[in-house]
Amino acid sequence: MVEAEQGIRLVATAKETILWRIRHATRDVPEEERPEAVAVERAYRKEDRADRGEIVARFAERAAEYEAEVHRVGPAELPRAIEEALRRRGVRRLVIPPYLPREWIPEGVETLHDAARSRLTNQELDESDAVLTGCALGIAQTGTIVLDAGRAQGRRALTLLPDYHLCIVRERQIVGLVPESFASLERAVKGEGRAVTFVSGPSATSDIELDRVEGVHGPRTLEVLIVG
Amino acid sequence: MKKSDAFSPGPTPTFEESAKESLSDSQLRRNLGKATQTIRRKRAEAVGEMPDWEGLREAGRALKERVMRHLDEYLLQLEESVTRAGGKVHWARDAEEANRIIAGIVKDHGAEEVVKVKSIATDETKLNEHLEREGIRAFETDLAELIIQLAGETSSHILVPAIHKNRAEIRELFMERLGAQNLSDSPSDLTETARLYLREKFLAARVGISGANFAVAETGTVCVVESEGNGRMCTTLPPVLVTLMGIEKVIPAWRDFEVFMQLLPRSSTAERMNPYTSFWTGVSEGDGPREFHLVLMDNGRTDVLADEIGRQTLNCIRCSACLNVCPVYERTGGHAYNSVYPGPIGAILTPQLVGIGDPGPDSLPYASSLCGACYQVCPVKINIPEVLVHLRGKVTRHKQDRGGPRQKLDPENVAMQTVARVFSDPQLYEKAQRLARVGQWPFARGGSIGRLPGRLAGWTAVRDLKPVPQQSFREWWRQNRGSV
Ligand code: SF4
Repeated sequence: MVEAEQGIRLVATAKETILWRIRHATRDVPEEERPEAVAVERAYRKEDRADRGEIVARFAERAAEYEAEVHRVGPAELPRAIEEALRRRGVRRLVIPPYLPREWIPEGVETLHDAARSRLTNQELDESDAVLTGCALGIAQTGTIVLDAGRAQGRRALTLLPDYHLCIVRERQIVGLVPESFASLERAVKGEGRAVTFVSGPSATSDIELDRVEGVHGPRTLEVLIVG
Repeated sequence: MKKSDAFSPGPTPTFEESAKESLSDSQLRRNLGKATQTIRRKRAEAVGEMPDWEGLREAGRALKERVMRHLDEYLLQLEESVTRAGGKVHWARDAEEANRIIAGIVKDHGAEEVVKVKSIATDETKLNEHLEREGIRAFETDLAELIIQLAGETSSHILVPAIHKNRAEIRELFMERLGAQNLSDSPSDLTETARLYLREKFLAARVGISGANFAVAETGTVCVVESEGNGRMCTTLPPVLVTLMGIEKVIPAWRDFEVFMQLLPRSSTAERMNPYTSFWTGVSEGDGPREFHLVLMDNGRTDVLADEIGRQTLNCIRCSACLNVCPVYERTGGHAYNSVYPGPIGAILTPQLVGIGDPGPDSLPYASSLCGACYQVCPVKINIPEVLVHLRGKVTRHKQDRGGPRQKLDPENVAMQTVARVFSDPQLYEKAQRLARVGQWPFARGGSIGRLPGRLAGWTAVRDLKPVPQQSFREWWRQNRGSV
């Protein structure tokens, strides 16, 4: 037995050995059993049946509970709301991801455009004051913003290094429950392998005596404008 | 120096030997008491607002069961998906092999420093020490991990590893080790100091190292759940990313996140959602690392898998809810478990991973009153008491098999076997407690316990054990909180 095992070790790769160990360990599982045959009952909510107004209101309320600043604005007021938010924070250098709607880009601040052909360096991102993006989704149940590296969001580093993230969420992008978000992200992940980031409030730690401190490594301030 | 633990070579102290030390540390007990009570209350709120919580738990359990029964298939599928997405998969039979693979990748890129995001798997393999021997410095980037790394200590809680340190101690540590000056002891000042120190490291690092909370067989997507943003930094900024994961972390499909990403945050930090979760699928052109390595590690997990009762232990999603409700953990803290996996989950996982026969890990299944609170909060329904009892049986049988005729007659050993037999059956255990209340159990005198035999002796040496209460903890729990 020992000899046999040593013999196997000498020739088998780590992969073969691990797979062999697994098969040996699960020999109680019938040979013909397919994975799908192990029943998984999904007795949980898949969809929020509340009306849209309620879902949007819930998103606003729950995002705010994470100490994110949240405002609701009409489409016509959006450019002014963006400018105001940036002014309030004293933003001078603003990072702009590819395909950000032109009308969102404010006047009066220096804009640093990231593009596939001319990428901003990490140093430039680190020295900027803020980033302005759209998003892929908002989740009302948890107050989460979902980024999928798609239009108006850009690559992941853009929303990571600047200290202030101003994020525009359109009302129609808000889903009710967590399962709805994974369903609607499926295509971006399966089809294009895009990176997805869930953001629920600014970064936080409770590592020192369990006192919550905002802003450890990501943006210290997250502000959300919901456009109706 | 770091103390050795169950995953280091050589024997480890038993739970009761170490618990003695922790029980006499009143600072630790205060911190822990405050922490566990707060998290416990918040978790109950976060779970309370979910009308479908039980449905989610059952789905989580069933998905994990499906994975464990067909782990070989899911791992092969994962390898294929990750490779298709531009990543490279490595297999490691044990800790040493995993460390060797990772160090090899780091060296191939000529890097002398790496940034790390908290990963219990790399604690298990002692990766940092291995890298150090190879001339590579690993920087822990989680605030708590940084604190304990600077202090040269080990973690005492899966989720809040520096729970045993207060702000004054941390201030001193930062002034001494990071050269910070005029530092106050407010948590926000301390955090700011760490932010500045680590930002430089993130920007300079050529290799990032992470663990994984989940990896999806269907798509090859790997997921890291975190709060501080250091996980995003480590998995996004360095051009090379290496992820070490235990083979049990695989989940079948992308859509299964709808279950686990509801169960984990609420059970773990008691939030509706944790601040940041990163999901990446191989490498993305122009976004994040240019090179991605996924190391799949066994290191004893297939032994756990082979035990039909122990197998459920691999369902664990490391939320730490079971720690926070455990009355034993609340008193002793994490260090008493001498393992990177403390608390109830550690008491069942550690001895199974390292194997029965070492007095340290063997003592862990006894570090419990079998009250069942851990089972009730576990988001993937691991029946921890059942596994504890099962392992006690294994430990006892191992001892009996090993001991010669003399050892079998040793009065301590005989008493031990009685206790073990009683402990290994929850009904017998309760009956024994009821007997003790009327003074009929061999170890009870006049309704109180003076000295407990064998494994429990360490407890009575520290302080007199309370007399067996008129109502046992299990009975009390069932009446008061049994329906949580
Ligand atoms: S055993 Fe259950 S409760 Fe404990 S850490 Fe694992 S998943 Fe969480």
